[in-house]
Amino acid sequence: MRDQPQQPEGAIAGTGMGGAMDLGASEAVTLERTPGGPAGTGPAGRPRSLWSDAWRDLRRNPVFLLSALVILFLVFISLWPSAIASGSPLTCDLAKAQDGAAPGAPFGYDGQGCNVYTRTVYGARASVTVGLCATLGVALLGSVLGGLAGYFGGVWDSVLSRVTDIFFAIPVVLGGLVLLSVVTSNTVWPVVGFMVLLGWPQISRIARGAVITAKQNDYVQAARALGASDSRILLRHIAPNAVAPVIVVATIALGTYIALEATLSYLGVGLKPPSVSWGIDISAASPYIRNAPHALLWPAGALALTVLAFIMLGDAVRDALDPKLR
Amino acid sequence: MGRYVLRRLLQMIPVFIGATLLIFLMVNVMGDPVAGLCGERACDPATAAALRREFGLDKPLWQQYLTYMAKVFTGDFGTAFNGQPVTELMATAFPVTVRLTVVAIVFEIVIGVTLGVVTGLKRGRPADTAVLLATLVVISVPTFVTGLMLQLLLGIKWHWIRPSVRYGTLDELIVPGLVLASVSLAYVTRLTRTSIAENKRSDYVRTAIAKGLPRHRVITRHLLRNSLIPVVTFIGTDIGALMGGAIVTERIFNIHGVGYQLYQGILRQNTQTVVGFVTVLVLVFLVANLLVDLLYAVLDPRIRYA
Amino acid sequence: MRGSRHVRGAAGALAMALAATGCGVIVGTSGGANGGAVLSSSWGDPQNPLEPANTNEVQGGKVLDMIFRGLKKYDPRTGRAQNWLARSIETEDSRNYTVRIKRGWTFSNGEKVTARSFVNAWNYGASLRNNQKNAYFFGYIDGYDRVHPDSGRQSAPALSGLKVVDDHTFTVRLNQKFSGFPDTLGYAAFAPLPRVFFTDHAAWVKKPVGNGPYTVESYTRGSQMYLRKWDGYPGTDKARNDGVTLMVYTDSNTAYTDLLAGNLDLVDDIPAAQLKNVEGDLGDRYINTPAGIIQTLAFPYYDKAWNRPGSAKVRTGLSMAINRRQITEMIFRGTRTPATDWTSPVLGVDGGFKAGLCGRACDYDPARAKQLIKEGGGIPGGQVKITYNADSGSHRQWVDAVCNSVNNALGNDRACVGNPVGTFADFRKQIGQHTMTGPFRAGWQMDYPLIQNFLQPLYYTGASSNDGKWSDREFDRLVDRANARTDTAEAVAGFQEAEKVVRDQMAAVPLWYQNGNAGYSDRLSHVALNPFSVPVYNEIKVG
Repeated sequence: MRDQPQQPEGAIAGTGMGGAMDLGASEAVTLERTPGGPAGTGPAGRPRSLWSDAWRDLRRNPVFLLSALVILFLVFISLWPSAIASGSPLTCDLAKAQDGAAPGAPFGYDGQGCNVYTRTVYGARASVTVGLCATLGVALLGSVLGGLAGYFGGVWDSVLSRVTDIFFAIPVVLGGLVLLSVVTSNTVWPVVGFMVLLGWPQISRIARGAVITAKQNDYVQAARALGASDSRILLRHIAPNAVAPVIVVATIALGTYIALEATLSYLGVGLKPPSVSWGIDISAASPYIRNAPHALLWPAGALALTVLAFIMLGDAVRDALDPKLR
Repeated sequence: MGRYVLRRLLQMIPVFIGATLLIFLMVNVMGDPVAGLCGERACDPATAAALRREFGLDKPLWQQYLTYMAKVFTGDFGTAFNGQPVTELMATAFPVTVRLTVVAIVFEIVIGVTLGVVTGLKRGRPADTAVLLATLVVISVPTFVTGLMLQLLLGIKWHWIRPSVRYGTLDELIVPGLVLASVSLAYVTRLTRTSIAENKRSDYVRTAIAKGLPRHRVITRHLLRNSLIPVVTFIGTDIGALMGGAIVTERIFNIHGVGYQLYQGILRQNTQTVVGFVTVLVLVFLVANLLVDLLYAVLDPRIRYA
Repeated sequence: MRGSRHVRGAAGALAMALAATGCGVIVGTSGGANGGAVLSSSWGDPQNPLEPANTNEVQGGKVLDMIFRGLKKYDPRTGRAQNWLARSIETEDSRNYTVRIKRGWTFSNGEKVTARSFVNAWNYGASLRNNQKNAYFFGYIDGYDRVHPDSGRQSAPALSGLKVVDDHTFTVRLNQKFSGFPDTLGYAAFAPLPRVFFTDHAAWVKKPVGNGPYTVESYTRGSQMYLRKWDGYPGTDKARNDGVTLMVYTDSNTAYTDLLAGNLDLVDDIPAAQLKNVEGDLGDRYINTPAGIIQTLAFPYYDKAWNRPGSAKVRTGLSMAINRRQITEMIFRGTRTPATDWTSPVLGVDGGFKAGLCGRACDYDPARAKQLIKEGGGIPGGQVKITYNADSGSHRQWVDAVCNSVNNALGNDRACVGNPVGTFADFRKQIGQHTMTGPFRAGWQMDYPLIQNFLQPLYYTGASSNDGKWSDREFDRLVDRANARTDTAEAVAGFQEAEKVVRDQMAAVPLWYQNGNAGYSDRLSHVALNPFSVPVYNEIKVG
């Protein structure tokens, strides 16, 4: 094995982000070390790529299909919540506070007399938006910075490695408490921005490791020998082969971002009313856990189901992309 | 080896400075700590000015940072607003949190690794699927929901445990430790499982089996030793995260540890407390990372540090 | 600890596992010695050092109430100020007072309480260089502007209005007429201090020494304090238990949970979310008594949008859109009472409380509310944002409920939203810097039971807690006149005149009077809360 310190560092990819956010990364570690070539050619017929192999696997994987179905449903109700819930999530009648299930309110009422069913349906949008946007931002920023550092190496690589170390060293929840406690906006963007700010180093490490591995492949050396420009090599040869581990980690991270939003709301620094989100509802219902557990359990269940769907999706994608486990 | 350690130590310096500077800036963004000191009233301007002078808040930010760091290197972490030296707060908070972290890590090792080995060896069987699903569920339920539920059920409904921690002794910390460990525990299980499943098919395991070694010897000496590398890495780097991430757990169970002090510090915008505690956490994180990398070489003889 | 056997076994196994992994483990830390008739009570970590003139919140006040006794003491039931260490406080012109102290009082370290103990303590509290946050309490005393100028350095070492006559007599000269002055002297800031406070200040702060029925036995900051009964206490209100252990809780839910589990004897802040089940949990071990606290919504008068000609109508309309009765019942379960004036029932009718002074403006009337807001030019910006700090108390619940009530009354889902601010410090900063753009949470806990304390600090031009910068010449004039009255009844009537100005302008929307509530274990009896919502610890019996 290589005797450079990069190896162990690459291997501990994804640590520190306060428990939840990094796991996928550590698991996906194995990916970085797999030769990410354009994949072997099949036994016969047209050449098969890693991607088409993976897709073929996924289509047959019930776990993937199930989680994809759940996610599609979530996206649907995020876009058109009124399709399955009548009334406004902001209309609350205090006289009904903490009541159980009733016609029109199958999940009962919360401490303010709001319809838990309506709020749970409408809450999907904020949670899914936070999850998707944060993941997108983290994946873009992380893979660009990490990829460039891995490709060019040298001073920038060292600087970036230290910067990622700095971010890893700060506990996420703590960072959230400090930074978000001064935010006054009641949109999702401060929360998304915070997640991107503290989440990108995780992807950046993965991307860096993947690019370093890909860089050493023969076809990259060949392209370079043929005089291809850096941008062409990066975009055409390296990126397609380094993107798999990033996708895997990002999918799993998406679930953890949604859970993190809830934790931040529990600590009082997440989304703010009149936004409707599961995090807000769970945190508002948590003191009522003894008297009106339904107000806590429904949004928490929806949240857990969503996180579960994304993690299972990521799991399935990883299994499909990891040739070692075939 | 010596040179490697030295290089790593040197690399720690910019990370340490960067992390403390970052947290210092973040805490200062939060605004004026004096505003909250006078209760529901505004401090009268003269007292507010005097307080700012006393805490050094009237100086420019870079100067505050330099003064602070210079003091930290002499072991003076400043004074909290209630007049208590931050080091005293640390002396009461860290032992509790260290105990909590140790309990959590023991859970991760004992339960996580055991489940991981069992499922890894029985990949695809019902037991494997069941454990895998269980880990997914644990990961997807936020810690504070788990904590609140356990506190309600075990503490109030069934009277198995005290709902809150008073002295921070080990028996009181079992349930909070489990809650704190839960997510990481699920990850350790999955990590071990993946790793075992991968290595099970490796050449050296096949060779060992072909040699006719007994099964338990193959598992413990060959398979486990190699499969635990990523697990050790994870647990090692999890230490810092657990200690700093205990804010939620410590809040639910009323544990007066690091997370509690940080939370109080943030609510009261007590720069000295927050920066001091985070500084120590950063150090713990860096040292744990270094130790993990060194342990790496011990576990995997192929790795040599130049 | 029923059924904790299961856990013990697991603990043993765990400890063995830890030993096996070679971790050094410290097992067991010392707690308060809970022997004898000692009770444990919930507490919050005091924000400031426990100096009398530096403690401005209830949690620190709790301790001061146990370890100090001042010239006056407020009766735990009626709230009336009665002479305690004072033998007499006399005046002829409401400006020059002569204070005579009883003999026989000592601090718990044996030092005699003399006139000097008071004068030195007051000078310390007023002095700018000591950064005492309650310094303004001494603001009525002559010479305050020199020991505590608004800016610059202090130009005198001590208050010129304080003179020691002999060991047991001193005189106070005020800078204005203030007939209620003697009644303010029960406040903790006016407590006497022993010499050791000045000679070895650091040690004193670590373990305060006072002259009250309890002494501080041990104090682990941020965690707990053990107060032991002082056997040599000379007063008539001796402790009837052996001591009190105050335990710090971050979350009042946890404290309540601990009370139910039998790990705590007394909780004096029952969270709103638990109130629904509190009587089922505790039966008659739950107390709910009026306290001198009123919650209001204040407005930013420095913001033009809230200070237009029609604004008073909009504010009155908002007031009438709030269904106080429903909120106090459903959210607070009777631990708040809908407010109908700007004071508190604990003052009593003689003290200035006047139910119904607010009139129709405090009644829930959605139709009239809608009409008034429309007449007044509508809600500025189309949306009311009620700002509050989300880090403590049950503020979020009631702000959400108030907003829902306003929204329902106005038939608009987004007419009102809560605007939580992460920390109390940041909340205070926004108030202090005048950056509020809508109504904000304003709670007032009285310092002493006088109607003056509910009006002057809050609504007088430039007053210390006039956070919205409301200013009205007529109100100021009426307050000045009331303060100058020597006859108590006349003074009270004068303040009520001023209060009517507050009503007509709807300077702040009164919401409800807050009760003190507490729950206790079956070990305790004779538990009561005083009008400051602090448990009367010395009267509690254990066992």
